[in-house]
Amino acid sequence: MHTFPYLSLLVIVPLVGAIAAALLAKTAPAAGRTIALAASGVELALVVAMIIQFKTIGAFQFTSQHAWASDLSIQWNVGVDGISLFLVAMTALVIPIVLLGAQVAERGAVFAAWLLLLEAAAVAAFVSLDLMLFFIAFEVTLVPSYFLIARYGHERRNYAAVKFFVMTFLGSAFLLVGILVLAFIHQGQTGQLTFALEELRHTTLSDGTGIWLSLAFLAAFAVKAPLFPFHTWSPTTYREAPAGGSMVLSAVLAKLGTYGILRFNLTLFPHASKTLAPLVLTLATIGILYGAIVASAQKDMKRLVAYSSLAQVGFIVLGTFAMSQQSLTGAVTMMVNHGIITAAFFMLIGWIGQRRGGWDTTMLRGLQRPAPVLAAVFTVVMLASIGLPGLNGFVGEFLVLLGTFATHRWWGVVATFGVLVAAIYLLWNYQQVFHGDADEENEKTPDLTIRERLVVAPLIVLIVVLGVYPKFMLDRIEPSVAKVVSSVVHSSPAPASHVIIPSSTRLGGDR
Amino acid sequence: MTHLIPLIVALPLLSGLVLIASGKTLGEPIAGWIATAAVGLSFVVTLMVFFHGFSDTGEATTSHVLDWINVGTFHANLDFSVDQLSITMCLFVTGISTLIHLYSIGYMHGEKYFRKFFIYLNLFVASMLILVLGSNLLMTFLGWEGVGVCSYWLVSYYFDKDAAASAGKKAFIYNRLADVGFLLGTFLLWSQLHTITYSEMHFSDLSSLVATMALLSFVFAASGKSAQIPLFNWLPDAMEGPTPVSALIHAATMVTAGVYLLCRLHGLVHMSATGQWVICGVGLATAFVAATIATSQFDIKKGLAFSTVSQIGYMVLAVGTGDYVAAMFLMVAHAFFKALLFLGSGSVIHALDGEQRLSRMGGLRKVLPWTYGTFMLGWLAIVGVPPFAGFWAKGSVLDAVFGKSPWLWGLGLFTALLTAYYMSRLFYLTFTGAARFDQPGPNGEPAISHPHESPWTMRLPLVILAICSVFGGLLGLPFVHSFGLETFLEPVFGSDLVVPTSSVTQQIVLSTADAIVAFLGLGLAFVLWRGRAERPALTPRFFEQVWFWDNFYDALLGRPATKLAEYAALTDALVIDGAVDGTALAVKSVSTKLRLVHNGQVRSYGLGIVAGLVALLAYFLVVVA
Repeated sequence: MHTFPYLSLLVIVPLVGAIAAALLAKTAPAAGRTIALAASGVELALVVAMIIQFKTIGAFQFTSQHAWASDLSIQWNVGVDGISLFLVAMTALVIPIVLLGAQVAERGAVFAAWLLLLEAAAVAAFVSLDLMLFFIAFEVTLVPSYFLIARYGHERRNYAAVKFFVMTFLGSAFLLVGILVLAFIHQGQTGQLTFALEELRHTTLSDGTGIWLSLAFLAAFAVKAPLFPFHTWSPTTYREAPAGGSMVLSAVLAKLGTYGILRFNLTLFPHASKTLAPLVLTLATIGILYGAIVASAQKDMKRLVAYSSLAQVGFIVLGTFAMSQQSLTGAVTMMVNHGIITAAFFMLIGWIGQRRGGWDTTMLRGLQRPAPVLAAVFTVVMLASIGLPGLNGFVGEFLVLLGTFATHRWWGVVATFGVLVAAIYLLWNYQQVFHGDADEENEKTPDLTIRERLVVAPLIVLIVVLGVYPKFMLDRIEPSVAKVVSSVVHSSPAPASHVIIPSSTRLGGDR
Repeated sequence: MTHLIPLIVALPLLSGLVLIASGKTLGEPIAGWIATAAVGLSFVVTLMVFFHGFSDTGEATTSHVLDWINVGTFHANLDFSVDQLSITMCLFVTGISTLIHLYSIGYMHGEKYFRKFFIYLNLFVASMLILVLGSNLLMTFLGWEGVGVCSYWLVSYYFDKDAAASAGKKAFIYNRLADVGFLLGTFLLWSQLHTITYSEMHFSDLSSLVATMALLSFVFAASGKSAQIPLFNWLPDAMEGPTPVSALIHAATMVTAGVYLLCRLHGLVHMSATGQWVICGVGLATAFVAATIATSQFDIKKGLAFSTVSQIGYMVLAVGTGDYVAAMFLMVAHAFFKALLFLGSGSVIHALDGEQRLSRMGGLRKVLPWTYGTFMLGWLAIVGVPPFAGFWAKGSVLDAVFGKSPWLWGLGLFTALLTAYYMSRLFYLTFTGAARFDQPGPNGEPAISHPHESPWTMRLPLVILAICSVFGGLLGLPFVHSFGLETFLEPVFGSDLVVPTSSVTQQIVLSTADAIVAFLGLGLAFVLWRGRAERPALTPRFFEQVWFWDNFYDALLGRPATKLAEYAALTDALVIDGAVDGTALAVKSVSTKLRLVHNGQVRSYGLGIVAGLVALLAYFLVVVA
């Protein structure tokens, strides 16, 4: 196999960058920031190299396994497949853009250090093939997120940070219980305690157990994603977080939730997932329409994007639980594309806020005349979010709806109306902010600087390229998705006699 | 010559991209000339393909450009297909686009966003060509959405005017609603036929119920793009765009896309008798309703807009009868004379410094001789006076309708009478009688002195379109089978095509009826409106206000939806989030008693993680073991 330890490096590089930046924060903040930027650049380069070497097969690649906390049977067990590859890539892309596009207040070395720590944890979670390793990485992301919000956020940042922390943390408690119970049941069946995904997926589960475990996993991911009705942290948090924080939270961290559902719920509990599908599909569909409807009533642009994200995540979850080749491939595609689009949105809103001292539609008007480039860039992002074919947002959304229609028709039909409402609130928002006759204050809004144009350019290029030529991504996603689909399709409930309830359980033998 | 096909789309697209990339270095008028040249070249390439580049069997000649979305058994590639139907569309789209680009160089003179206008226009043409050349439903959708966005940009071109901004948004949203139909139809067809490529779809495999459902979805989609009932009322608002845009997008090309789509899906239309009656109903109802509205408009562009809605209604009606050739014939002829009429109205508006109200026109015959002459030919064409194009085209539609049902034909003929009447009214009010522009307006607007005839860039397109409006009928003369659209398009539609089997006598009687109706309407308007600018009894508010259609939608959907959104936002903040915060408060009140354990710092949560972990492990040790 591959000898070059890409995945371990992908975690280590930002971690080292974070530590260096933190150490230099007091003495040489500029150097600290430069090092952080360099680390995120190296990370991106590594990811690009990895994508080039990635083979279009379904299996995990670049795998590496090391004993880690062997007392607890936790392994450093990582690998990447078509499902996680582009999420890692999106993470590696967004972080340097956040660093470069950061506003003055967010240009410190400490900010960069938290950001890189977050990157390391998020990447570790995406590539982790050991459930406990995933859980740890998943939890570690909370710490930098908390500080990014609480230290650099807006007026109600403390309320937002605590709310975000507590809600996601509560969800995680269920996940931890779920992981442990699953591992113990597996231990009871095989006599061996392990958290390896590949082993645990062969655990025989009764109908009831499978559903309860599935729900426990879902609890954590539903909050994180967020899925209706577990979303209420997100408008507050995205609103109060600094621009860079909102970018990472919505683009990267939210995807840990949707990724978790796809990777763990579908792989570990295929049969239970089929049973739960009507429930989750309904929640997802409600989320699509509800998020869009509530977004229509928002005057705060960041809250608008937060609710819009709720709708977009609804599409992702819909595609995941519709469980067809098209819908799942669409869901993965959409995770990546939504990350790109929402990062661009929050960055642009941040820039508007920097110019006008706020991002409430009531105070903005007619910005297209003084700032035509800003308006043009915003338009492209908006159209991608609406799902205009030829731009990246369309590909995933279309595949999700197509696949859902084929397997779960009526959910597909209702969800399709989501594409209409998205157009309503985004166009209305655009009209309020960019159209109309600018008053004296708005007329003075400066257009994007050269630096800002360069920072946002990669996102715009990707929005177009991934819309016209999604093949590169789709070809790599598809084989891995096919594996998931076939395991779900062929899953059947365990006959009652085969379910072994562990009568005695030893914790790793020597605890 | 297959390799030439993508060039048809690529030329305007590239030109648009070059203009975007050029920044401010390309301004007036060079940006306009580049854009015009690109579309003109595209027309030339289309001609080359027309003469040498495709099979004459009705089989599409396909050119593969790029793999697009292929997942599992779903395939949709960036492929362009040429057959008789798409080349017909391409010819008139590129031809008329070239003329309107040229016209715009004059019309948009001095505009602040001159270059941007041509960028939008180029991108529009590219999208429209993708729409007609796409070899599968998703490609058509790509173009379908592309023209929608360009229409949004161009309608709200004067974005600092609130009316223009709102009109653009309204157009987009109505079309987005229609898109739901397009998507659902696509999903349904794919789930049944496992392909969305036109040449591979065998509609005869569908059950009649599925065929009807799919067809109705696409009819709904078409009603948005082609401004038919129930989604027609965005089009009059779209007149906020510059007049060349109204001519190109909202008269000649984009709004016919729905008709094209239904012609393209003729196999599906053929499968559903119910669907055909619905299509007839939609088309005829729209033609009639819009015609009544057009009788009572006071804005020259609004009048033309409702006339467009009404004429497209005829095309849809023709599709419903199964005579796709008649639909296409009227589409091409209409493209000529309606583009001409809009450009003529633009010339008038240009001369009157932006004035659009009929009440401030009159007497322009002498001042604008070129505009007057060409507009008159367009007027005679749409009215249906023989031997102009409209007479033959509308005649062939009405013949087909007579074959389907004499009742429908009766209403269709009455609508033709209305058409002749409202167009003549509009013509007289604009050009004849005493001049009203040289007096101050009703709201104290200053008198317009010395209106001037337009420059040659604007006059030339008028002349060319006028010639086409006069001779366009040659495309579909009855009893002539050696050339013309029917012979040309027949291979595409094959046995799905329903050609009226009327006898020679019957045809002559029907044509005579058409001609009589045309002269009747013309004469009626002459008696009533020559020399009179106002007749309140003949312009009831019900018609002027579009049958109160907007008010109805606003009361039924708009306001309730706004309320719903507000309530939902409130519910989200109070109920759902309230539950979360309420729980948190309850926990807090308990935890204040346990405060000694907490120091209020976040790092203590870290400790919490560890503690929780231990507790859980302990739980499992005790309970499970």
